[in-house]
Amino acid sequence: MEAGKTKVISVLVENKPGVLHGVSNLFRRRNFNIESITVGPSETSDVARMTITVNGDEKTLEQVVKQLAKLIDVLKVEELEQGHFVMRELALIKVNVETPKERSDIINCVEVFRGRIIDVSMDSLTVEITGTPDKLDAFLNLMKTNGVIELARTGITALARGAKTVRIDE
Amino acid sequence: MTKMSGAKVLLESLEQQNVDVIFGILGGAILPVYDALCGNEKIRHILARHEQGAAHAAEGFARASGRVGVCMATSGPGATNLVTGIANAYMDSSPMIALTGQVPSSGVNSSYMIGRDAFQEADIIGITTPITKHNYQPRTIAEIQPMVNAAFYIASTGRPGPVLIDLPKNVQSDTAEVEMGITDKIEARGYKPVLEPDLSKISEAANLLANVEYPIILAGGGVIISNASDELMQMSDLLMAPVATTFMGKGAFSEAHPLSLGSIGMHGNPAANRLMGEADVLLAVGTRFSDRATANLDTFAPNAKKIHIDIDAAEIGKNIEVDVPIVGDAKASLRQLHAATAKKLPKMKTSAWSKRVKEAKEQLSPLLKDRPKELVPKSLLLELRKLLTADAIVTTEVGQNQMWSALYFQALKPRTFISSGGLGTMGFGFPAAIGAKVACPDRPVVDIAGDGSFLMTENELACSVTEKIPVIVIVLNNSVLGMVAQWQRTLYKRRYMAVNLGKSPDMVKLAEAYGAQGLRANSIEEFHKAVKTALNSEVTTVIDVPIGSETDVVPFVPPGCGLPQQRGDY
Repeated sequence: MEAGKTKVISVLVENKPGVLHGVSNLFRRRNFNIESITVGPSETSDVARMTITVNGDEKTLEQVVKQLAKLIDVLKVEELEQGHFVMRELALIKVNVETPKERSDIINCVEVFRGRIIDVSMDSLTVEITGTPDKLDAFLNLMKTNGVIELARTGITALARGAKTVRIDE
Repeated sequence: MTKMSGAKVLLESLEQQNVDVIFGILGGAILPVYDALCGNEKIRHILARHEQGAAHAAEGFARASGRVGVCMATSGPGATNLVTGIANAYMDSSPMIALTGQVPSSGVNSSYMIGRDAFQEADIIGITTPITKHNYQPRTIAEIQPMVNAAFYIASTGRPGPVLIDLPKNVQSDTAEVEMGITDKIEARGYKPVLEPDLSKISEAANLLANVEYPIILAGGGVIISNASDELMQMSDLLMAPVATTFMGKGAFSEAHPLSLGSIGMHGNPAANRLMGEADVLLAVGTRFSDRATANLDTFAPNAKKIHIDIDAAEIGKNIEVDVPIVGDAKASLRQLHAATAKKLPKMKTSAWSKRVKEAKEQLSPLLKDRPKELVPKSLLLELRKLLTADAIVTTEVGQNQMWSALYFQALKPRTFISSGGLGTMGFGFPAAIGAKVACPDRPVVDIAGDGSFLMTENELACSVTEKIPVIVIVLNNSVLGMVAQWQRTLYKRRYMAVNLGKSPDMVKLAEAYGAQGLRANSIEEFHKAVKTALNSEVTTVIDVPIGSETDVVPFVPPGCGLPQQRGDY
């Protein structure tokens, strides 16, 4: 990573149309860089959780948090504290397979990385793998020699560890 | 429960918010609302001649009165024509509601619906997302009133700003059984403006202020918005601190006061710019430290510890590092800070600093320098101040006219100097003057204009004449786009490109064509007489004042330089 560190922000938003547009628009307008953004339902029915990873210095991050907090449909914004949260990303990877040896090498590799083969064809395997972005990067690196036909990564989703939470307190 | 159309629900909701005037232009997709307005005696509709004019008028109304200004337009081009006005209100934090018609969200003709590129459809929600504090698009009649209530609350509280409500045509025209609720329930749980400051920060700031020798106060537009001029005055009295304002803060502190330094900035008062560099503590209130105010940040108040009060937490630390951040309303924060500082501060004697302030003003203030005998912007503005009461409202256009007004026209009270600061919108001043006059019909309202800016919204003469809203427009007519011509002259080696406007049109005849009064002044005496005539006129007056086309606004801090590098003989 260049320029600063990657930070993970957990954002609770109103679960209604247009909110994602408002958030992504803010990043574009304020010249902030999003590395990844994931959105889905949260523990509260009408609230969605966004997990946003941004790359930048402390000052930029402070602005990201403050500007997000100003959006009316944003209910809560918090940076997840380094080392005090868990994060996962999922990747689906379709790998080129030419020989039986390649096939068994890939299957071994998938086992080591605790992934799963979810689709098989004559000349390809599709692998599901979950973990931190670093783990996914490492696996992808190994697959490069075989040739990655298609790749889909979800981006990071994360929660604070243990008693620490980012929740709406009514 | 009563059976009502969405349009009727909208109007009743607006009435509950005490709306009595809307500036707007109608069109197909907003017709049901106009139909409901027909016969409405509580809300006056003022027909602008271009939606941009309607939006600026609503902002002028808001800034003169402190109330929320309302503008309205149809879908598509009507809505997009509002955009400049909405962006202007956003940059200058003015409370405004923009109502737009939209093509139907459902109905019998499925090709005439949102998302199908229907006739006069524009995604105004998408377009205005980055330039509104919030926007809404009700899809049912039941949503209208809660959205209007929330929109007014959001627009007028915290750091104010524009809120847009986009109304699909079917939602306006359909009817439903609705309960018109009481207005104080606001459905915006993600919006909680902080008003009261953190007392530990107040105490920290008070300690700092009680132990310095050269304090300076910088007042921004937030002081005016928060109606905190009295508190600002008390703070200045207590510290014996000179007060500079930003351009947007002009009027927050009487510029006739001995401790007033005028505005800082690129074309700021040299006394203000100079003393900013000598202060050892800077108390900044309700300002976002815009680039035009601070110039190069490396040399901005380099010796001063900085206390920054702002209601918008995101402004703290955005442009400038501060020593004591205080998030809160300007009025509440200044009151607390005054109380906390008064306890710690020994009664002030006349300090060396007061002497220095007096001396700097005598040496540097443009107001105390020569007063030309001929009719030039400076003599004109000094004369104008004498002709107007302290509560008269002045608006400006954008460019040289605006910066001359900042330098030479003393604002004596808050909400009497209204100009497009952040966005710098040429054409703002005249419609804003119309809006201000509607808000304050008993006070004179004068737009100080340039010929270039005035021609951008001059069509609102038709509105001001027809609607009987008499204002005065003073056109400093130099036949060029003066400010950019000045930049080409000083920064681009006099390579003039696309700045010459020629002598067209004749401003006097132009005014007369609209049924307004047109006058021309070539000397101070003629100007004096023209303003007197205009002040007594029941119709809008345009006073054309020919001035030289190569007159610079000086002093000037060139782009990239710091406030101490202000140059130009003035």
